[in-house]
Amino acid sequence: MRITVFFCSILLLVALSACNSKSESTSATSQPQAGLTPIDPATAGSISGNVKFSGTLPKAQQIDMSQDPACGNKPNFDESFVVSNGALANAFIYVKKGLEGRSFPAVSTVAKITQQNCRYTPHVMGIVAGQPVQIINADQTTHNIHPMPTASKQWNESQLPNDQPIQKTFNKPELMIPVKCNQHPWMRMYLNVVSNPLFAVTGPDGRFEIKGLPPGEYTIAAVHEKMGEQEMKVTIGPKETKSADFAFVNSHGVEPRLQ
Amino acid sequence: MTSNDAGLAVPDWPTSFHTFRMPRMVGGVLYEHGHRMMAGFTILLTLGITIFTLMVDRRKWMKRLAIGAFATIIVQAILGGVTVLHLLPPMVSTAHAIVGQTFFCISVAIALLTGRKYTGEVERTAVDRRKPSLINLTLLSVLVLYVQLALGGMFRHKGMSWEPHVFNAAVVAIVLTWTSIRVLSYYSQVESLKRPAVMMLGLVMVQLCLGFISFLTKIVWGRDAVQPEPFMVWSTVAHVAVGALLLATAVVLAIQAWRHVPVLGEERVSKGVKAVTA
Repeated sequence: MRITVFFCSILLLVALSACNSKSESTSATSQPQAGLTPIDPATAGSISGNVKFSGTLPKAQQIDMSQDPACGNKPNFDESFVVSNGALANAFIYVKKGLEGRSFPAVSTVAKITQQNCRYTPHVMGIVAGQPVQIINADQTTHNIHPMPTASKQWNESQLPNDQPIQKTFNKPELMIPVKCNQHPWMRMYLNVVSNPLFAVTGPDGRFEIKGLPPGEYTIAAVHEKMGEQEMKVTIGPKETKSADFAFVNSHGVEPRLQ
Repeated sequence: MTSNDAGLAVPDWPTSFHTFRMPRMVGGVLYEHGHRMMAGFTILLTLGITIFTLMVDRRKWMKRLAIGAFATIIVQAILGGVTVLHLLPPMVSTAHAIVGQTFFCISVAIALLTGRKYTGEVERTAVDRRKPSLINLTLLSVLVLYVQLALGGMFRHKGMSWEPHVFNAAVVAIVLTWTSIRVLSYYSQVESLKRPAVMMLGLVMVQLCLGFISFLTKIVWGRDAVQPEPFMVWSTVAHVAVGALLLATAVVLAIQAWRHVPVLGEERVSKGVKAVTA
């Protein structure tokens, strides 16, 4: 009798923990901030620049997708280092310091992540805390979406073929949150959650532009999933456009890790 | 499954994708759902063994051991569910690994204790006058292997760095070699002790080599692998499997040492079992 009660209690605990984990996976909406100054678009300037890569470029590994025929037979390569003519793609550029005390309108535009041919598109994405993110499964196979933030709770949900998009919000700023699929372990993208909409992700040409910056002194940072973070100070005046170029050097032939 | 990074390929439990129907067995689902199917089959087998033991075996402690095996596999299944639902917390995943190997050791012990060889064997007792005693050495072997299993589990499930597991490997190698050499030096005439001791010594060497290969494939070469490489998967799985075999061998040796080599002054000797001083 006592053994039965013991096992029933354990089963009840497991059931409760399951319900608990499900309810925590839905996030709260962001709170509006009071007492902050909005940006005046009439005086706002911009920062643009390039992100360069030099040194030993690790060879892009081809992914073996044979374990799931529904992934298709398009060649799929690791996207950790996408470098063309020295230009580094998928670097996330954001304003690290200088926008304290500023208010920004809530972003309601839905950011979209697509799973197609068993890869996430885009590979690196930026969103504002509280902005809705929609995850779409365009494949005829099941995926599971598993973001692994450290500042907030992880979640893991499966998405069958032709399922409705999954919509979520991330409320705590955090850089380079890995998003995985454990059914296809090569699938990985990085989500950057920041507190303001002034950010950019470099394209294949390594270029970026951040518009709408009020006059002031800023610390601009470029972060890459393997190469870590670099920052520089930039001062911009009213309606001024400044350039900021970053250069990541892989000098030892060893891939540096994200700090 | 862990080596293939497929532990969370099926996010729900005990259902798979909210149903008990067979999912499409591709990618990580093949490993995760396949693991669940094997677990279900093992639970049924254990239930059968438990019922059979309760009906047939007259030994009270044997009945208790069979019930213990069934309880262990149920706890193991629940831990498997908890670790999936809570996204693989290292402590729970490590507990799942430890309880899994404990269940394996209990199963091996049941096989040993119900075997014709064991039940029909005459106890060849040799009184142990050495310090530490052989039974204590075998228990120490089991203990250091459990510590090693916990450290390895914590590293494997990303709750700890690799260093403690690697450093403790030296402790394990010393204790297990000491135990095996003690058996081979003083009790080699007792076949039931000699065989697990030889096996343990051999497995220690194999395990050290597999550990080194796993270190290379996982930490050195596989650090930036974009997906689990087959060589890494096979070497780490072999390392875990041989680790389980090593633990079970140490348990068998402890059982045999308890049976054949009681320490001086132990009740079994005073009860009149024919004792031969080794």
